[in-house]
Amino acid sequence: MIQWAGVAVFLLAIFIAIPGFVAASGRSDLYYTLTSVALLSIASAGVWLTFYIGRINIGQGAFALIGAYVSAILVTKAGISFWLSLPLAGLFAAGVAVLIGLPILRLRGVYFAMISLVLTQVVTLTALALPITNGAKGITSIPLPGGVSIFGLTLIPDFATLENPRLAFYYAASVLMVLTFAAMYRLVNSRLGHLCRSMQQNEELASSIGVNISYIRVIVFSISSFLGGIGGAMFGSIAQSVYPSSFQVADSVNFMLNCFLGGLGYVFGPMLGTLVLYFGWDLLFELGRFQLLAYSSLLIILMLFLPNGLLSLRLPGKKGADK
Amino acid sequence: MEQILANGIYLGAQYAMIALGLTLIFALMNVLNFAHGQMYVLGGFVTYTFYGQLGWPFVIALLASCITLAVLGALIERFLFAPVIRRSSREESTMLLAAGLAFLFDAIILLVFGEKQRGVPKIVDGVFNWDFKLIMPYDRILICILAILSIVTFILFMQYSKTGRALRALAQDRTAAQLMGVNVSRYSMIGFALGAMLAGLVGGLLVTITGVNLGMGGPTSIKAFMMVMIGGAGVISGAIAGGIILGFMEAIGLAVLSQYGDITYLLIFVSLMIFLAIRPQGLMGKPWG
Repeated sequence: MIQWAGVAVFLLAIFIAIPGFVAASGRSDLYYTLTSVALLSIASAGVWLTFYIGRINIGQGAFALIGAYVSAILVTKAGISFWLSLPLAGLFAAGVAVLIGLPILRLRGVYFAMISLVLTQVVTLTALALPITNGAKGITSIPLPGGVSIFGLTLIPDFATLENPRLAFYYAASVLMVLTFAAMYRLVNSRLGHLCRSMQQNEELASSIGVNISYIRVIVFSISSFLGGIGGAMFGSIAQSVYPSSFQVADSVNFMLNCFLGGLGYVFGPMLGTLVLYFGWDLLFELGRFQLLAYSSLLIILMLFLPNGLLSLRLPGKKGADK
Repeated sequence: MEQILANGIYLGAQYAMIALGLTLIFALMNVLNFAHGQMYVLGGFVTYTFYGQLGWPFVIALLASCITLAVLGALIERFLFAPVIRRSSREESTMLLAAGLAFLFDAIILLVFGEKQRGVPKIVDGVFNWDFKLIMPYDRILICILAILSIVTFILFMQYSKTGRALRALAQDRTAAQLMGVNVSRYSMIGFALGAMLAGLVGGLLVTITGVNLGMGGPTSIKAFMMVMIGGAGVISGAIAGGIILGFMEAIGLAVLSQYGDITYLLIFVSLMIFLAIRPQGLMGKPWG
């Protein structure tokens, strides 16, 4: 019961209270920040999922960039509706993840962390080298998402005709985020989730009792990359442009930090981590040139006192259960 | 051809030194030091301050770089990494700490030294020219020799000194080393300081040739990761091999592929992925490090 109440409060907060608050305060720039948080937390959720099978993933920026480019190319060159390109971008990223994952998922620990970090760099360089991605100039002036209607009933209005596309993007991103985390919660508590936990603890042991570990880790990695692709595609659409530098190594590291900060043992960790890191960075903007100094010092202090993530503060009893 | 070989040796020697520090820290503490590139940049800036700004002799500036970074490394290990490793329930948490440190170093460098590219006067003038087959400025040759000398010194130190033996024992088996009477926390600190010192030393050496700027840290870390992956994480000979291989690949790639634009690194990355798919632990690494 308490859980359902919590979910209801959360949904009310993001769909009614926050828009109401923003409208009252008149700071519509907050929509952009919150939309970014929602999208980044989707990509971070993917990273969290690979942590769940015991892999340190610092390559989500690669899949976010792939997703952003696929969606941008489909919308600008093929003229497909953005809402159709969004799942296609995710699927393409997932397909790439299967191809890359088959060899590299055999690596573990620091080796996987390093190769996934290198992956981000590879995708950035590929985007610079390929003709279809337009090199360093990137793809610019991507049209805003169009409308979707069935039998004359408008499901999604055309974003270009709205007077406040920011609000529309906020709602779209929030819906995506809620769906993502609902799916994540379901996944973690499903059979697949149990199998993942067994792999996190000991892959050989899991394999010896009949878990098809190579199949599961490719599936999980492709789901993770699907989320990265969707987050990236939506980001490209909001910025209306994609460059090879849209998602860099630093972004990949940030996705990982979001998960760490929120706590790796908790499904909603990535959401909280993203919110705290992104807003923390924005709030420290007042400090001017000391922004990075304060931000990194805070990170280090947080790590010193809460090495198991923010959520470990509130739920100390759960730690043993998740380990 | 001679030119490519010489460039390869020159690049390989400096890369090997960067990779050595990273792999040493990894072998001892199982910490992937994201801040290694930033430590290298910091070393470069210290040498720039003493040699370029204050006009002290180059050797003293280099020593200052080493000492600064060694002290910094020791402090970081004692007050940051050791407590986090003790308290955290997963050892990956140190990666967040290392990433935070990388940001912190970037911030400090930005505040103290600014974001401009800095260079120092040449230490030796002139260019070595062998019949136009092989052209190399004297200062590059000197730096290359110094780098090779430092690597040899480091290997001898690890092989024959008491500290080196203790560090190798720690890297092999922490518990066993402790049982044999090695003061684990003290030697962890020394090892981290040594790794940071190596980063500072390369930074100080290279500032005379390439100069130094704020943005060099991240890419340097990535290159160091690649070298460590090629050779195998936590193995000293592997780091040297990885550094030399990457140096040669870069030198050959830049010479052969220059007309196709900037695809050398793309090819190196792709071949690294294929290599790792076949041999995940690198050339000389232990399986699953």
